[in-house]
Amino acid sequence: MSDGIRHEWPLFEVFVRAKRGLNHVHVGSLRAADHGMALQHARDLYTRRNEGVSIWVVRSDDVVASDPDDKAAYFEPSADKVYRHPTYYAIPESVPHI
Amino acid sequence: MAFDDAYGALTDHDDDARWAYGTGFTDPLAGVPSGLPDGVDRADLTAYCLMLGDDALVMSHRLQQWVTRAPELEDELALANIGLDLLGQARLLLTRAGEAEGAGRDEDALAYGRDPGEFRNVRLAERADADFAHLMARLLVFATWRLALFDRLAGSSDQMLAAIAAKGVKELTYHRDYAAQWVVRLGDGTALSHERMAAAVTAVLPLVEELFQPHEVELRLTAAGVAVDPAALRPEFDAVLTQVLAAATIEAGPVRAVAAGTGRGGEHTEALTEILAELQQLARAVPGGSW
Amino acid sequence: MTGEEIFADTIARDQRVEPRDWMPDGYRQTLIRQIAQHAHSEIIGMQPEGEWITRAPSLRRKAILLAKVQDEAGHGLYLYSAAETLGADRGDLTQRLIEGRQKYSSIFNYPTLSFADVGVIGWLVDGAAICNQVPLCRSSFGPYARAMIRICKEESFHQRQGYELLMTMMGGTPEQRDMVQDAVDRWWWPSLMMFGPPDADSPNSARSMAWKIKRHSNDELRQRFVDMSVPQAEALGVTLPDPELRWNAEREHYDFGTPDWSELQRVITGDGPLNRQRIARRRQADSDGAWVREAAAAYAEKQRSAGNGSGR
Repeated sequence: MSDGIRHEWPLFEVFVRAKRGLNHVHVGSLRAADHGMALQHARDLYTRRNEGVSIWVVRSDDVVASDPDDKAAYFEPSADKVYRHPTYYAIPESVPHI
Repeated sequence: MAFDDAYGALTDHDDDARWAYGTGFTDPLAGVPSGLPDGVDRADLTAYCLMLGDDALVMSHRLQQWVTRAPELEDELALANIGLDLLGQARLLLTRAGEAEGAGRDEDALAYGRDPGEFRNVRLAERADADFAHLMARLLVFATWRLALFDRLAGSSDQMLAAIAAKGVKELTYHRDYAAQWVVRLGDGTALSHERMAAAVTAVLPLVEELFQPHEVELRLTAAGVAVDPAALRPEFDAVLTQVLAAATIEAGPVRAVAAGTGRGGEHTEALTEILAELQQLARAVPGGSW
Repeated sequence: MTGEEIFADTIARDQRVEPRDWMPDGYRQTLIRQIAQHAHSEIIGMQPEGEWITRAPSLRRKAILLAKVQDEAGHGLYLYSAAETLGADRGDLTQRLIEGRQKYSSIFNYPTLSFADVGVIGWLVDGAAICNQVPLCRSSFGPYARAMIRICKEESFHQRQGYELLMTMMGGTPEQRDMVQDAVDRWWWPSLMMFGPPDADSPNSARSMAWKIKRHSNDELRQRFVDMSVPQAEALGVTLPDPELRWNAEREHYDFGTPDWSELQRVITGDGPLNRQRIARRRQADSDGAWVREAAAAYAEKQRSAGNGSGR
């Protein structure tokens, strides 16, 4: 290459919806010069076997992630909110449809 | 996880939908009647299927030659997909040619057993690519032309040809889009890529004229409702190409068509001889071999 | 808990480490090296079989082989993807490969002399790779484990297509049967070497096992592979080229001879039949493609500055 530096395409994260009714799930990443190319590459790379009906691509540097160090502060406070779960409530067996 | 059986070991992941894994596949021609339409000349239908099948077989061969040589790994996958699509089209069309001929030749007998003069592909398909720009220029022209053709062929009175074309339309739409995006990127990219893309277009355009010259078989079968008259495809082709080249900032200069016969008539360049030497070498070296 | 304690606890409880978690530097470096080598192997591994795509003797075999070699490019990409979650850069890893600073599996430095080699690579080389890879689906690093699950799932057809090709050829002409036996003779020992040096000479293995990056020792996997392959060879009607190969009822395993470790060492250090050609091809593709990649980047940049969103 002319200036001895590799001109890398940016990294994109790829999400595929396997079939209607399901969430898009993260399947991996790839490199592309722009979003259009990223979609084509995602189609060629991640749906060779009938894997999906829809693809999202997102620039990896646009993803904002929670810090694992914040795990306790972020997620543990919800652990004791037992009243959010249906099994917390005692209903007699004889009551139907609830 | 089970260890002795690599396949069994994978079955404890039964949540495939969550993982977006692939599912099974479907036979695109399931249930399509394979009988010949009434009043169609067998020899004509055979020749026509060979024309369309050879286009795909030879173009696919050129794409196969790019394996491990693509400009980026993602494009390895794209080029292989396009090569596989075209190979699939070739297999269906050669099989159909064999059925129409009725002499017991299958796809392999037709692919491996014919000499260059018996191939009916357009010369555009056999041309070697000097670089990635040449491949993209050629693929753009090929896919744009073939898509326009298959779009109409999907209404053929030969139901098998119609089904093959309908399947091919989806594939060719993607091929055309992929090539068009690259032609635009290279044309409007760097000064170097513009120069190479323009040179590639200049090199490929002389082979365009031949695509729209009807062979007598095509004319007879068009009249019978089986085939498509290639001359009718020209306006759509020109519109697409003009649009893509404009976006690519490439001006096509005056074009002089390549003379001396047509591939449809069995007249080819040395490029086809080289392709067939490679394609057929092993199959011919082991007569009666089972693969 | 400190990051270090969380890491130790995650490993101890057999849970997955994720990219943004704290991890020891040695763990990160070991993984980057292992995943990169694995990715490089997939990409270089396209070449020996890729040679036969244009020459495949039937259109069905041609389609199978093209799809298989394409899968290898895809698997290389999945793995580079996993390495990039650790902060590695694919371009940099590619540079290391083409400058010979990072390795790939030595098996791909052997030539494919006949079409039977395509079958034997599927059967033995992919078979050995599957033995290696299935346990990696439980590797402690999440992105690596997930990539391996996808790869193993997709590769399940690779070994079968190879074995099926060999079965078909064994039912063909005498010349074809000779081709198969010749290919088996050439690939058997290199396949055994794919599991790496004997445990006693594999100093890094213990640490990788402690970190649960690896799950089984080299010798353990090699034994499994031999035990799996012998009945398959019998069913096929070929002879494995090892006079010491025999069932040991006491161990309930096959005994087998010792691979030529000095040959492996020479191939690893660059004196295999095709080391230079394999790297040269990869380097050529990379440099031939440089102007294309630059052009795409330049075009995307123009679109961005012209206000066309992000180059959509």
